[in-house]
Amino acid sequence: MELSGLFSYFVFFLSMVSVYAVLVLGLNIQWGYNGQLNIGVAAFFAVGAYTTAIVTGPASDNYLGGFGLPFLVGLILAMVVAGLLALLVGLITVNLRSDYLAIATIGIAEIVRLVLKNEGWLTNGVRGISSIPGPFDGLSGITEGMAYLVTLLVFVAGVYWICERLFRSPWARVLRAIRANEDAVRAAGKNVLLFRLEAFVLGSMFMGLGGALYAHFVGFVSPGAFDPMFATFVVWVMLIAGGSGNNRGALLGALVIWAVWTLSSSMIDALADIGLLPDQLATQASALRIFLIGLLLEIILLTRREGLLPERPPKAIDRAD
Amino acid sequence: MIDFLQIVIYGIVLGSIIALGAIGVSLIFGILRFAHFAHGDLMTLGAYFALAGVAGMSLPMFAAFGLALGATALVAVGIDRALYSRLQQVSPIILLISSVGVALMLRSLIQMIWGPDNEIYQSGISMPWTFAGLRIQPTQVMIVGGAAGLMLLLHLFLQHTRFGKAMRAMSDNPDLARLSGINTQRVVILTWIIAGVLAAAAGIFLGMDTRLHPIMGWKLLLPVFAAAIFGGIGKPYGAVAGALVIGLAQEMSTLILPAAYKPAVAFALMVIILVWRPTGIFGGKVL
Repeated sequence: MELSGLFSYFVFFLSMVSVYAVLVLGLNIQWGYNGQLNIGVAAFFAVGAYTTAIVTGPASDNYLGGFGLPFLVGLILAMVVAGLLALLVGLITVNLRSDYLAIATIGIAEIVRLVLKNEGWLTNGVRGISSIPGPFDGLSGITEGMAYLVTLLVFVAGVYWICERLFRSPWARVLRAIRANEDAVRAAGKNVLLFRLEAFVLGSMFMGLGGALYAHFVGFVSPGAFDPMFATFVVWVMLIAGGSGNNRGALLGALVIWAVWTLSSSMIDALADIGLLPDQLATQASALRIFLIGLLLEIILLTRREGLLPERPPKAIDRAD
Repeated sequence: MIDFLQIVIYGIVLGSIIALGAIGVSLIFGILRFAHFAHGDLMTLGAYFALAGVAGMSLPMFAAFGLALGATALVAVGIDRALYSRLQQVSPIILLISSVGVALMLRSLIQMIWGPDNEIYQSGISMPWTFAGLRIQPTQVMIVGGAAGLMLLLHLFLQHTRFGKAMRAMSDNPDLARLSGINTQRVVILTWIIAGVLAAAAGIFLGMDTRLHPIMGWKLLLPVFAAAIFGGIGKPYGAVAGALVIGLAQEMSTLILPAAYKPAVAFALMVIILVWRPTGIFGGKVL
């Protein structure tokens, strides 16, 4: 591969890592801070992606669109719609143990997928929505990619900063306390359900933002573009590998797991080329990669559950007096 | 009227398949206290094991099915020994996450071995029997009969054997069961054997009713959970009732909704029961 190709691949790689980083940070608020099992990450991701695609995309006779709203408005609306969906799911399951949330979220993920696929007037069905404008469409090729990568990094930094501030705040302290002992927190007079609902909605809004950033990055969304189970699963593996409850761990997890995922593809190709891999496995390379990621998750759970960067309680804030 | 009865028949067939999965989920819930997310893919595995017997080894149907039930139970116990039993001390939540990983691994393994395409057990069309305008496929009779037979066996096992009693005791109160000298590890293994056999049967019946596909079981996971919750977690009999309600509701929904939204019906019923009566209609556990 020539140098410019390598460089543009590197830009693409970091852009994907950035999108995933936003998703993982969102999941960290839910699972890392509060112990909530959201197995429907893909639903909030997809809702965010489609929302911005519809409100910023070109007009069409086949589906809703043509509002021509700017990039930033698309992102904000994506977060709002994802947040509303989360509010709905949260209200149903908030007073039950996390297993019910897990089951309810796979249900929501399935229903979101069905709606995207079948409601053609809204989403153009299986054909999906294309030519979603990016904020730097005027620029050419690699310059545009670079400009968007910088934008993505700014968003990752912003979300990270918010998450870190929250982590040190009394709000997240209550969330961690709920995770450890719900009854004690309730006895201390905190509204446990409200805190839990807030964490779930905020985390899902970040997932919606991640979906919207992705939509403007690739310029195309369709129900087939993301296998919901895979998208959810890989975000979970990233968070657990990086370190649940640690925001830097979340970023590291996104980088490391996406690198592993990308490298595994090249390695499987290389192995197949030199004939070390049976033909049958080579044709099912994507299944083999998912299997290996699953195996990685189980190994992490068995041997290093706290992840690469374990959760640390925030440092005490220095006071002037 | 005939159309309506025809839909009722489809609902009962689907309900029988869901019931076999839901009983397993409910038992695992009662004994191990976690939602087993790999249950759908365990069903798929059972269906493909049977396919290996029928198509690969050209065994007669019944022999292949029996072999598949045993092999799936063995895999279920193996997964428990390798993963779940080691993670059990940590927290049920970690078990749940681990089972999501197992689900993905099983599915990709099935896809690697048997490919991503549709498969069937037997080619050729069998003529349906007609009773007063109702069409009934021989396979549908086999599915409902087979499911009912397995449920009867489970009932006899739970009510009339020492192991069955131990299982019910552990589901009611694990600490008390341990104190009274029940070998809890043996009960856990037994639970996985039963859950594996029933899951394989559900998968095989699903494959007979429609066709085999690597995500066939995953697609049934939501109705299975909905049935288990509807009937009350930890109540195998409730799970059967819940499954029939979910199966009938899913098929009847096609009268007013596009067929694509069938899974949404299971979800809607689950939401109603969670809001209105989280213990399920038969008063099971709430986690």
